[in-house]
Amino acid sequence: MSSLSIRNARKVYPNGTEVLKGINIDIADGQFLILVGGSGSGKSTLLNMIAGLEDISSGEIAIGNRVVNKLPPKDRDIAMVFQSYALYPSMTVRENIAFGLGVKKVPKAEQEATVKRVAETLQITHLLDRRPAQLSGGQRQRVAMGRALARKPSLFLFDEPLSNLDAKLRVEMRAEIKLMHQRLGTTIVYVTHDQIEAMTLGDRIAVMKDGVVQQFGSPQEIYDNPLNMFVAGFIGSPSMNFLRGKLLAHGAGSAFALEHAGEATLLPLPSSHASLAAWHDKEVVLGIRPEYVTDTVSARRSQTPDGYQPTEVDCTVEMAEPTGPDTLVFSWFNGTRITCRTHPRAAAMPGQTMTLAFDLSKAVLFDPATEQRLT
Amino acid sequence: MNSAKILSPGRLFLYVLLLLFALYYITPLYVMLSTSFKTLDEIRSGNLLSMPHEWSGAAWDKAWSSACTGVTCAGLQPFFWNSIKMAVPSVLISTFIGAVNGYVFAHWRFRASEAVFTALLVGCFIPFQVVILPMAGVLGKLGLANTTTGLVFVHVVYGIAFTTLFFRNYYISVPEELIKAARIDGAGFFLIFWKIILPISLPIFMVSIIWQFTQIWNDFLFGVVFAGGQSQPVTVGLNNLVNTSTGVKEYNVDMAAAIIAALPTLFVYMVAGRYFVRGLTAGAVKG
Repeated sequence: MSSLSIRNARKVYPNGTEVLKGINIDIADGQFLILVGGSGSGKSTLLNMIAGLEDISSGEIAIGNRVVNKLPPKDRDIAMVFQSYALYPSMTVRENIAFGLGVKKVPKAEQEATVKRVAETLQITHLLDRRPAQLSGGQRQRVAMGRALARKPSLFLFDEPLSNLDAKLRVEMRAEIKLMHQRLGTTIVYVTHDQIEAMTLGDRIAVMKDGVVQQFGSPQEIYDNPLNMFVAGFIGSPSMNFLRGKLLAHGAGSAFALEHAGEATLLPLPSSHASLAAWHDKEVVLGIRPEYVTDTVSARRSQTPDGYQPTEVDCTVEMAEPTGPDTLVFSWFNGTRITCRTHPRAAAMPGQTMTLAFDLSKAVLFDPATEQRLT
Repeated sequence: MNSAKILSPGRLFLYVLLLLFALYYITPLYVMLSTSFKTLDEIRSGNLLSMPHEWSGAAWDKAWSSACTGVTCAGLQPFFWNSIKMAVPSVLISTFIGAVNGYVFAHWRFRASEAVFTALLVGCFIPFQVVILPMAGVLGKLGLANTTTGLVFVHVVYGIAFTTLFFRNYYISVPEELIKAARIDGAGFFLIFWKIILPISLPIFMVSIIWQFTQIWNDFLFGVVFAGGQSQPVTVGLNNLVNTSTGVKEYNVDMAAAIIAALPTLFVYMVAGRYFVRGLTAGAVKG
């Protein structure tokens, strides 16, 4: 059990490329930290640095208040699960799980007890005498987790552990990892490029891009209050809609103005929004999630107490994607393709006109130049 | 597939051509074998391609233990054992060093590792003749001139470039994550090599052993230059045997001796050959 704190960690390669530009992350004991980002964001490099597989160019990484910069991986009290599982091909499952214990010179009897305990936890007892080549993807995944569990680490590291599994198994294993975390309460750092994994698993998410943490917070914080357009677009599926327009004074508050179908259209912002007087008459980007652009029936059902009403606009439907519980409607608005989440029965057919309700109570505004959130 | 059943003219031509090539390659071996079992009289009177009328092992016996190679007449036997004593350690040592080298170049890169590897690669292209003089000097300084140990040293040095290349290209296909996982499990450089890398290296070991054994066993130049009278390999012995004439040219003995000299490489191919192609291509397709 231990906390993890990364203070101003940088990674510079000998040829001068700066992969990590000063990372600061603190998580408490038992928290589940997600490092999420696209390829080249530096998330895997950071994980390798926590593991001790790569040097830290400058800054500090501390596991449980112990600075580990100079410690080799084996002395950091960590275990790691890899994307390719990295099971030792010539060893049986039993030998794979016990390998680390053997290196540590743990007595044979204790090794066997550990293997037994781990195998029972993960329900792989019947596989103990097989070799990795004889296992399915999901089974290999379990063995890789078993090998990590056997070390009884104070910090678990996961490097995209579910990427090689098919969709159904991925969802199952995701739930199992979460259950395992709830049961063991061990601190976990988990790297993924999948924002759904990030949202569902994490206590804390660090969204990374170009070697910089764009935002660090709880999943809900990041979902509701993205600090910039990258985070807003990266987290959430389908992605947030971005509309370009002008912010105007409207009554006591503000309204978002744009052109739609050749007509000036005004979307008033609810009074709960901060005063944005400084931005009046300037170009801004409005970010609105698909679930807040919906059919009128669903929208009217969720009216806010302060009397704010979603603005209704007629749009032409381009395409509809039924997902079951709701249907995603793709439509054109202000020359931009927007995604709307509607009730299946309310969705119009492609080519038809549909009245869409824009609920701006959870909308966010960005500076088009810096792409940062307006405050 | 319908076309497979019909023997089209093109197919027929292909098979005939292949058959001809196969015959072309097998004929010398056939002639050698049949001649080695004939008596001298039969060789003189008979057809080159005919089977022996009466099978005689006398030529083999003589080639092995009593044919004259220069002034001594003890057959190929002593040379054969010299070659074994020289080839086995050379092959094993160069292969093992190549394995460690390849492991380093694939998974433990250091600052100048690419440059060092390139330099080693150049070693594959250096012709034997170029190194003879400097090598003779080195062996003399080391006090290894004219000894089996010296010859082993030469073959090991010369072989490392090839074996390193083989192993490096094979190990590059071993996922990096495997090494990382083992490092986190607490294993060090050699423990990872012994417990994780070596057990999956059989195919490439076979490639390296076949290659090195063929090269070293069949080497004549280094053998004739660096080996003293008592440590000359079988290739030199065969040369001496064939060139020593005592009036009549004993073709049957020459043939038997040549086959004896070639048997060990044939044997290695038969035992390890099925791994050869697999090992050579494994790195390419695994990705």
